[in-house]
Amino acid sequence: MVQIIKLNNRDFPWEEGLTIEKIMEIKRFTFPKIIVKVNGKLIEKEDYATTVVNKGDNVEIIHLLAGG
Amino acid sequence: MDIKRIKEGHKLLAEYKYELGTIERGYTNRTLYVNISDNTIASKAVTPMMKEKFVGGKGFGLWYLWNATTPSTKWDDPENEIVIAGGPACGITQYAGAGKSLVCSLSPLTDIPIDSNVGGFFGPLLKFSGWDALEIQGKAEKDVIVVIDGNKGLVTIEEAPYEAVDGHILGEQLTEMYADNEDDKRNVSVVTAGSGAEHTRMGLLNFSFYDPRRKVTRLKQAGRGGIGTVFRNKKIKALVVKFSNVKGDLNNAYDQAVINKTGIKYHREIHDLDHLQNNMRKIGTANIIEVMDEYDLLPVMNFQYGSHPDTEKIKSTVFIEKYITQGVQDGCWYGCSMSCAKAADCFKLKTGPYKGQRVTVDGPEYENAAGLGSNCGIFDPEAILELNFYCDTYGIDTISFGTATAFAMECYERGIINKEITGGLELKFGNFETAVELLHQMSRGEGFGTVVGQGVHRMKKLFVEKYGADPDFLFDIGMEQKGLEYSEYVSKESLAQQGGYGFTNKGPQHDEAWLIFMDMVNNQLPTFEDKAEALHYFPMFRTWFGLYGFCKLPWNDIVPADNKYTDEPAKVPEHVQNYLDVVYGVTGKRLSTEDMIRESERVYNFQKIFNIRMGKGLRKNDKAPYRSMGPVTKEEYESRQERYDNQLKEIGYNPEGKTTEEKIKVLREYREDQYEKLMDAVYKRRGWNSNGVPTIEYLKELGMDLPELIEVVKDLQ
Repeated sequence: MVQIIKLNNRDFPWEEGLTIEKIMEIKRFTFPKIIVKVNGKLIEKEDYATTVVNKGDNVEIIHLLAGG
Repeated sequence: MDIKRIKEGHKLLAEYKYELGTIERGYTNRTLYVNISDNTIASKAVTPMMKEKFVGGKGFGLWYLWNATTPSTKWDDPENEIVIAGGPACGITQYAGAGKSLVCSLSPLTDIPIDSNVGGFFGPLLKFSGWDALEIQGKAEKDVIVVIDGNKGLVTIEEAPYEAVDGHILGEQLTEMYADNEDDKRNVSVVTAGSGAEHTRMGLLNFSFYDPRRKVTRLKQAGRGGIGTVFRNKKIKALVVKFSNVKGDLNNAYDQAVINKTGIKYHREIHDLDHLQNNMRKIGTANIIEVMDEYDLLPVMNFQYGSHPDTEKIKSTVFIEKYITQGVQDGCWYGCSMSCAKAADCFKLKTGPYKGQRVTVDGPEYENAAGLGSNCGIFDPEAILELNFYCDTYGIDTISFGTATAFAMECYERGIINKEITGGLELKFGNFETAVELLHQMSRGEGFGTVVGQGVHRMKKLFVEKYGADPDFLFDIGMEQKGLEYSEYVSKESLAQQGGYGFTNKGPQHDEAWLIFMDMVNNQLPTFEDKAEALHYFPMFRTWFGLYGFCKLPWNDIVPADNKYTDEPAKVPEHVQNYLDVVYGVTGKRLSTEDMIRESERVYNFQKIFNIRMGKGLRKNDKAPYRSMGPVTKEEYESRQERYDNQLKEIGYNPEGKTTEEKIKVLREYREDQYEKLMDAVYKRRGWNSNGVPTIEYLKELGMDLPELIEVVKDLQ
């Protein structure tokens, strides 16, 4: 059975060793103005690579507005 | 250029002397009226009612336009006006982006009011010369210029037969002519259109500012809605303003210290954070070209797709490394540390009447790169810069040109039109030579360029009536609404943005709301009510910039380092407070965030009722082309099949074994129904009935139950 997390309140497949950085690579989230929270806790940019995401976690990767 | 000879050709038609006056808390308390039919020049008082209900800028423009026109006035009637107004904060030099003007007129594309915001020095210098707004009415017999000398207190209307028409030359000629010397050139600003504006409906206005480092007259554009076309139709060649003593305190602010303090805080942010965020100081708004591609939002080949492998060739770093001059201050008004008015210098033109010349290209902004580039299938940075240059100097809106050309290209590729119809032009996606030839034809007033220059709305009609095209298909793929071409974002996967485009007053321009990330990526607007709240707040918030003379970009193209800790980071609360503080500093008005939205609501609903008075502005006018909502063709669906199949499963439809056509039909029914439901929710939130008409009760709540407004809406309740 596929294990999941919530990513912006949508299902996202979980795998062993999943990090914020990995999620951002998979989703191709390249926008520079992004806010990341895991279970409501703010994650700083320098911690994306080392922040491990566990099964069932609630991850928010919030993009601020763009558009001139 | 022989400036002396050109000036000797001027014939004085009217002259008006005025007292220079003073500015109090951001207002001169008078506006300048110029009629070029009978050569009347007059001063009008700004009334307390105007300030209370319309604030300034776009508010003043719409109010004057309403009073000048009737429900039957057409864009090319002498009664139509062009109103330029800055707003009370326009001209301050301590906070970034405070030199904006708003231009209002009845649009040749939409036949309703259009408003377009623009940088450059004209708005601030107009105010310092003694005028909160310039209102131009009438139609001259021969080409004229209007000159406002804010040093002498003199306004003249002059015949000007010998000047060039194209913006980059005319801007230089008149700057040279009216400046006393090289140093004085920064004290002159010129408004021009261009030769293409004469032969199309998508003409723009160039607002100049002299760049003393480059020694070039730079141009910023009031692009949308064809105001340049109105300008040339009135036989106005240019407007000139001259004011020689710009200082930081000319607005005679209520509390200058507050403005200074807020400005310093903001400048520090730009200095510390821009290179970590949007790189506005290096490339301006074009920083998002590759970002939009990554998120499938970059329009490719008439909005069919949202990304393309060749975007790599036109990404922002290509422009930064090869074309855009780096390390110079590029603000389009004093004190703008965001400095995003970038330019490519010594760019050698390959085509047209200026072929071989080296010019300064003002741009590219994101919309130019996306509209002139990817949306036309053109992935060549030099092609984009050349098209950008010619659009500006010919006075053609890059967005309307890009979207209209992309539409014509798709019609050509699908066999709806052919080479016989295009006069031999091979109008295929990616064909730069053809695209630029369309522009040159617009300038010369000949060939298929003048057809494209009528805009998508009129091309659709022509292709159906004359060439037997399928009207339903053209409605689906023609990216216009209310007669205005869509700006350059793919909205298919964001219902909120479909509304952000579709429920605008002037037509689908993103300056009211850009909600794609909040909706599509962040999933922060899951319900219709959430989307409706965003489609109330953001359009009202962004309307407010145009009332005061602010640029929107410094609001969210940089955010404070601690913005992420705030409750609503999308709104950038600290910057909202900055604006309230600056407005307090200028005017003495201590506004809350609720007051701010209310000020906008008054003007927004006034514009809505203006549309209704012109026979539009109802629910039927918010109908949108299906390409803004979802895949029209088999190719579009199949290019993102997994996405669409999954969505069908989510709505309870099994796509297995179904043809693409069947799946498109079901998806379309679903998405169109969603758009209608969103419309219901948004109208309710905005205080409108189900037909999109503001209710009298709501107008009373806003304090906008003016008799002339009630008269328009009372039978539509």
